[in-house]
Amino acid sequence: MAWYDLFLQMIVDGLVLGAFYALVALGYTMVFGVIKLLNFAHGDLYMTGAFVGFGALSLVSGVFGAGWPGIFIAMLLSMLAVGCLGVVIERVAYHPMLTAPRLSILITALAVSLVLQNAALTLTGGQYTAFRTDLGFGGFSLGNLFLSWNQIVLVTTAAVLMIALELFVSKTLYGRAMRAVAIDKDMCRMLGINVSAVIAITFFIGSGLAAAAGTMAGAYYGSIWYFMGFLIGLKAFTAAVIGGIGSITGAMLGGLILGLLESFGTHIPFIGSEWKDVFTFTILILVLVLKPTGLLGKSEVERM
Amino acid sequence: MLLQLKGVSLSFAGNTVLDAVDFGVERGRIQSLIGPNGAGKTSLFNVITGFYRPQLGEISLDGQPLIKRKPHTVTRLGIARTFQNVRLFHEMSVLENVMAGQHCRSRAGALAAVLRLPSQRAEERRIFETSLECLDFVGLTAYRDRLATNLAYGHQRRVEIARALATEPRLLLLDEPAAGLNSGEKQALIELIQRIRDARGVSVLLIEHDMSLVMNVSEHISVLDHGSLITEGTPQAVQNDPAVIEAYLGQDDEELAL
Repeated sequence: MAWYDLFLQMIVDGLVLGAFYALVALGYTMVFGVIKLLNFAHGDLYMTGAFVGFGALSLVSGVFGAGWPGIFIAMLLSMLAVGCLGVVIERVAYHPMLTAPRLSILITALAVSLVLQNAALTLTGGQYTAFRTDLGFGGFSLGNLFLSWNQIVLVTTAAVLMIALELFVSKTLYGRAMRAVAIDKDMCRMLGINVSAVIAITFFIGSGLAAAAGTMAGAYYGSIWYFMGFLIGLKAFTAAVIGGIGSITGAMLGGLILGLLESFGTHIPFIGSEWKDVFTFTILILVLVLKPTGLLGKSEVERM
Repeated sequence: MLLQLKGVSLSFAGNTVLDAVDFGVERGRIQSLIGPNGAGKTSLFNVITGFYRPQLGEISLDGQPLIKRKPHTVTRLGIARTFQNVRLFHEMSVLENVMAGQHCRSRAGALAAVLRLPSQRAEERRIFETSLECLDFVGLTAYRDRLATNLAYGHQRRVEIARALATEPRLLLLDEPAAGLNSGEKQALIELIQRIRDARGVSVLLIEHDMSLVMNVSEHISVLDHGSLITEGTPQAVQNDPAVIEAYLGQDDEELAL
């Protein structure tokens, strides 16, 4: 393999990884935008999405098969279910805490994370679950570069979801309301905007995107377990911070950058893939030290 | 009466802010609420719009009770307001700011919005057109795609009024709309307030410290001091009322005119 083949392969790997990070980072950043909460349970919604997607696939595979068509339908069902779960979590756990000090709601988020993880642990016995699909290993070669169909479908799906989100936020009634709520909640209330409904929609969409990522990750990597949300939650947080937390475009960008950096990072001489996470979180620390507002974030005066 | 307050009392931790205020705004009227700093004028606005809950009293709009209603319901019932400090959504465009005011008049639910049902498209179209009309009404169509934060201060104030009009109110509350405006802008504001009433049939209640503007634009003036309504009437009557002069200048033996 020539050096540039390796380079291209790293880009492809980085894009796939980045697509997952971006989808999960979006939920982080949207929730932070509207209620200024770092929702540490978000990674666990990704995990829940994977399990719900797995269950949904076993239900629909009889009719639609366990290839991409079946996986898509399972993914949509999982998005719907986990989206609703996100709304319930917001109502039950976060809504009563919105007027409490910021630290209280952060601790609540950690508690929700533990509840979801332990519920999954109890239900699955802590075992890895094989996510069986009929996905093949087919693809095509461009020179020495190999692209699998799975990678292409995955990255395309993520891109479509992100474009849809961008359109929703920039062009629609509730998208505008979401941005307005992120800027000034009291003003929104005064304009007759139902802020609680906007917050609920934000949780629905954010959780739904995490579920989409979870289902696709399960199908792509072939196994799921109760703890799979922990690391990606932290990495998506890193991606959101890189892009500028609160910025939707920033989260997409941050996810892609983190995916690419990780992909390249594993090929740096003497830094093998086992150092991958050290590499990622070093980046998080560097961004927080050098440019805490991220690439697209705005500096904001902290109002506690 | 369009707006009617009866015996409204509000206190915070034992401090009386409003003391049994009886107050009303007649339909189709431009009315001012004046009084020294700390008299409770903005608190009265906050009570009317549902931001503060008074301990006692009744408030109604066109006979419909407003007490214990949430701010977004009050807006839907037909009361809009602007603020002492301009509170636009700075990082959104001028038109988007005005469109935010139309939100409360949308019928499509959140689910229809997320799923992009066809009814939603027609709704978006209507919101766009109404908002554009409101922006045109205040004369700022040319600035529609600018970020609100990049507009001159006087223009930002007009955008805020356009946004309030976009909620399709019956009563518009303006909190110190002339603050920070130059004399030319103040003249334009007087004309705008009159057009809001004449062309749109919206009643206007304003809090203002600029007495020449108040005397110019108001048909009726209410004076608040220490949380109580001390007098009301035509500009001429209020101007010559000794109680008003006393409230503004403190008890004094000297003869003083406003």
